[in-house]
Amino acid sequence: MIKHDIIIVGSGLAGMQAALEVCKDFDTAIITKVYPSRSHSGAAQGGIAASLGNASEDSWEDHMYDTVKGSDFFSDQDAVEIMVKDAPGVIRKMEHFGCVFSRTEKGLIAQRWFGGHSKQRACYAADRTGHALLHVLHEQTFKHAKNIKIYSEWYLMSLIVKDGICRGMVVYNIQKGKLEVMQAKTIIFCTGGYGRAYKITSNAFASTGDGIVAAYHAGLPLQDMEFVQFHPTGLFAQGILISEAARGEGGHLVNGKGERFMEKYASAKMELAPRDIVSRSEQTEINEGRGIDGKDYLHIDLRHLGKEKIIERLPQVRQLGIDFLGLDLIDDPLPIQPTAHYSMGGIPTDSDGHVLSDEKGTKVTGLFAAGECSCVSVHGANRLGTNSLLEALVFGERAGKAALTFTQNAEFHDVNEQEESNKVKNKVEAILNSNGKESINDIRNELKENMTTNCGIYRSKDQLEICLKKLNDLKARFKKGKITDKGFVFNSELIEFIELGNMLEFSEIIARGALRREESRGAHARTDFQKRDDDKWLNHTLAFKKDGEIEFRFKPVVITKHQPEERKY
Amino acid sequence: MSETTFKIQRFNPEKDKETYFQEFKLEIPKGATLLDCLNLIKWTQDGTLTFRMSCRSAICGSCSVRANGHAVLACKTQASSVAQNDQVTIKPLGNMEIIKDLAVDLTEFWKKVEAIKPWLMPDEKKETQTTERTQSVEEFLKIDKASTCIMCSSCYSDCCSMAVDKSFLGPTALAKAQRFVEDSRDKETISRIKELSEDAGIWDCTHCGECSQRCPTEAKPLDRIVSLRTVALNSGVTNNYGARHAKAFVKSIKSSGILNENTIPVASMGFFNIPGLLSLIPVGIRMFLKGKNPPLIHHPMQELDDVKRIFKKFEEK
Repeated sequence: MIKHDIIIVGSGLAGMQAALEVCKDFDTAIITKVYPSRSHSGAAQGGIAASLGNASEDSWEDHMYDTVKGSDFFSDQDAVEIMVKDAPGVIRKMEHFGCVFSRTEKGLIAQRWFGGHSKQRACYAADRTGHALLHVLHEQTFKHAKNIKIYSEWYLMSLIVKDGICRGMVVYNIQKGKLEVMQAKTIIFCTGGYGRAYKITSNAFASTGDGIVAAYHAGLPLQDMEFVQFHPTGLFAQGILISEAARGEGGHLVNGKGERFMEKYASAKMELAPRDIVSRSEQTEINEGRGIDGKDYLHIDLRHLGKEKIIERLPQVRQLGIDFLGLDLIDDPLPIQPTAHYSMGGIPTDSDGHVLSDEKGTKVTGLFAAGECSCVSVHGANRLGTNSLLEALVFGERAGKAALTFTQNAEFHDVNEQEESNKVKNKVEAILNSNGKESINDIRNELKENMTTNCGIYRSKDQLEICLKKLNDLKARFKKGKITDKGFVFNSELIEFIELGNMLEFSEIIARGALRREESRGAHARTDFQKRDDDKWLNHTLAFKKDGEIEFRFKPVVITKHQPEERKY
Repeated sequence: MSETTFKIQRFNPEKDKETYFQEFKLEIPKGATLLDCLNLIKWTQDGTLTFRMSCRSAICGSCSVRANGHAVLACKTQASSVAQNDQVTIKPLGNMEIIKDLAVDLTEFWKKVEAIKPWLMPDEKKETQTTERTQSVEEFLKIDKASTCIMCSSCYSDCCSMAVDKSFLGPTALAKAQRFVEDSRDKETISRIKELSEDAGIWDCTHCGECSQRCPTEAKPLDRIVSLRTVALNSGVTNNYGARHAKAFVKSIKSSGILNENTIPVASMGFFNIPGLLSLIPVGIRMFLKGKNPPLIHHPMQELDDVKRIFKKFEEK
C-alpha cells in the first residue's frame, strides 16, 4: 500500500495550487491521469478575472455583483465574496511565481473586456492565459520536487469513504497496468469537469468526470449537475474553443443574413452578454433557419480589428482557425457554434474546499475538493468567463490551506487493502474477460449525440424523457461492451472503457436533474418552463446514490448582498 | 475518394520482441487531423493501437508522433497534408524508449527540464507581494516566445545532437531556460548561464535547426539557444569550450576569411588547458596519417576584403 500524508488527485491549476500549500509541512503526492502540463486548465484562453483596476477603476464589489448576476442569482454569495476579494492577491502571487502575463504600456498586467463583466477585468497572457498559469505552477512543483511526488499517468479507480471518513483510494498505474491502494490522512480532489459527454465540446478527451463519479460511488452527493455551460464560440463541427477574448477584443457574431443578431437578445452588452444568453441566442438563430446558408453554424468576424491586433492579442485563436479549417481570421470570418464547455455542478464543498456529505453541511473527514470538479458554488447556474481560472486558483489555495491545518491533527485511518483492491480488480477483470460484442465507440457516439440533442442548450420534458430512455438502453449495451486490448501495459482502451462508464453514470444525473428542475435558470433552459421560478427552485440540487437509483434533495442558495432580480443585459 | 494507407509502427512489450509495421486503410474524412485518423483506426479497426492524446487543440502537447520521419503534433496536423501517394508512415517519437506502440517513456525528457531549475529565482530581498512587479513590453517580448512551449517533446525527438549524445540537455530544456535567463524578474542570470555553458549545455547544439522546424508553437528552440549563447558571450561567460570555440571561429573568419583548422581547436580547448591540449594530439596524429591535416601555413582567402566589409556592416548594426 502506498502512503502519503496528503494526496491530490488532478494536476491542473487547483491541484497544483493545493499541492504547493500542503507540501510546506507534509509528504505530498499528486496523481494525474495525464502529465501535469497536459491538464485541461492549460486550454483556458482568454483571461482570469481580478479587480486590479489596471485598465480602469474596479472593485471587488463590482466583480461580485457581476458574478452573482451572471450566475442568475444562483451562486452562494458568501463564497463569491471570498473569491472576488482573494482575486487580486492570487494574481499577484502568480506574477511573483513568474507568470508571463501580457503587459500594459506602463508595465502592469494587461486586462481586457469579457462577457458579463461590467469592467475591463480579465488579466491575460495573449490568448493562452490558462497555459501560462498552468506552466508557472508546474515550475513551482519542480522547485518543491523534494516534497511533492507526482504520479503521472495514474488513474483514479475508486475512493474509499467509510463512516464519514475518507481513507484512501484505489488507483491504476496506466503505464504498468497495475492496481495500487493508496492511503492518506487527507485527499484533495481536483479532477476537473464532465463536458466530454457532449458531441460538440471544447473539453479534452480526459474531461470525463472520473473524480465526480468516484465521489458519487463512495456515497457522496453531487450538486447542481444539470447546469452545463455551452460556450458560444466553438469551432464548427470540432467544438474547439475560440476564446471569448475574440469578442472581448471586439469581434462580431453574425448570422446568415449578415446581421449582428445579438442586437435582438442583449442590446446593451451585445456579444459580451454572458455565455448562457449568447449561446441560446445562437441556437435560436440556427433553429429558426438564420444560420450561415441556413446551416447550423454562425460566423465570428474579427476582420475589422486588423492584422496587428489579431496577431498580438489572439495568436492562438488565429492559428486554430488556420490549422483546423484552413481559414485565417485576418481575412475570413470563422464558422462557430455553441460547444459544451464547463461543468457548473460537482462535488459540494464549503468555502474551504471541505467536501460536504449532505444538505445540512456535514463534512467528510479528510476529503477536500476544488476547481471544476467541485461545486462551492461560485458560478451558480452560469459561470462568467475568466472566473474558472480564478476559482481554481483561489479555492485550490484555500483547500490546500484548510487541508494543511486539518492534517496537523489527522491520522491514517484503516483501509482494508485486500477488499478494496479486489473490488476494483474484479471489475477490471470482468471487463477484460468479457466477450461482449457492443462497440464502445458506437455507445460513446450515441451518448454524445443524445446529450447534445436531448439535454443540450434547450431542454423539455419530452426531450429529457427520450434522453433518459436512451441512456438506459446505452447502459444495458455498455454491459456487453467489447474490449480487444487484454494486456496490462498502457491499455488505453481499458481506460476509455471505464471513462465511458463514468460518463453514462453522470449523464443520467444531469438529465434527471434537468427533468426535475421545472424552470429556466442560467444555462438550464426549459422550453416548457421558460421562466425562472425563485419561489420553487431557488435551491441547489443534491443527487445521492440510493439503492442504485438517484435520490434528490435540496439545499438553499446563500444570499447575502444581492437579492434575486430580473437579469437584463 | 481513395483510401490512405497508414503504416503504423507497433510494439507491445508483453508480446513482441521487436517493433513491426502494421498497415491500416482509411478514407481520410474531410478536414480530419492525424489524431482524428488515429482515433478512427483505434475505435473502428484495432482497439489495441496505443497513443497519447488529450486536448486535441494543440495546447496540451500529448499527441506528438513521427509522421514520415518527422515529429508532428497529431491534433494540429491535417492528415491529408502528410499523406504522400496515399500513404503515411507513423512512428513513435525518437530519442526516447518505447513503452507501447506510439507511447514513449518521457522520464529522461522531464529530468532534463528539471535539470535547468525551471522556476523563477527573484531577488528575495526586493520581494513584496503587495503589488505586481512591472515588466515593460520589451521585457515581456523577450520571454513571450519561450513561454508558448507546450512540452510536446517534438523538438527533443528529432534533435540531432541528442541522437549522438544522450546527456545533451536538449532543445526543450534549453528553450525553457531562456525564459528564466532573460526574465527581467530573475536574478540568477549569470549563475544560470554559467551552468548552461557547461558540457551538454548550450554549446552542444549543432545548429541543425530541426528543433525549430518541428516546434508546433512559437517557442522555436534554436532561436532560444542562440539567445542564450548571446547572453553568455555578452556577459563574459566565455571560460568554456563552446564559447572559446565560437570566438575562435569568428576570429579566424574575420582575419582570414576561412577557418584556421590549426589554431581553432587549440583556442577552443584553451591555451592553458594542458590535459585538453594533450587530448588533441592523437587526433592530430590520426589526421596526419590519413593525409587529412590542414596545411601548416594558413593562407587567407583572396576575397578577404569582402568578408571584412560584411563584418564591418554587421558591427555597425
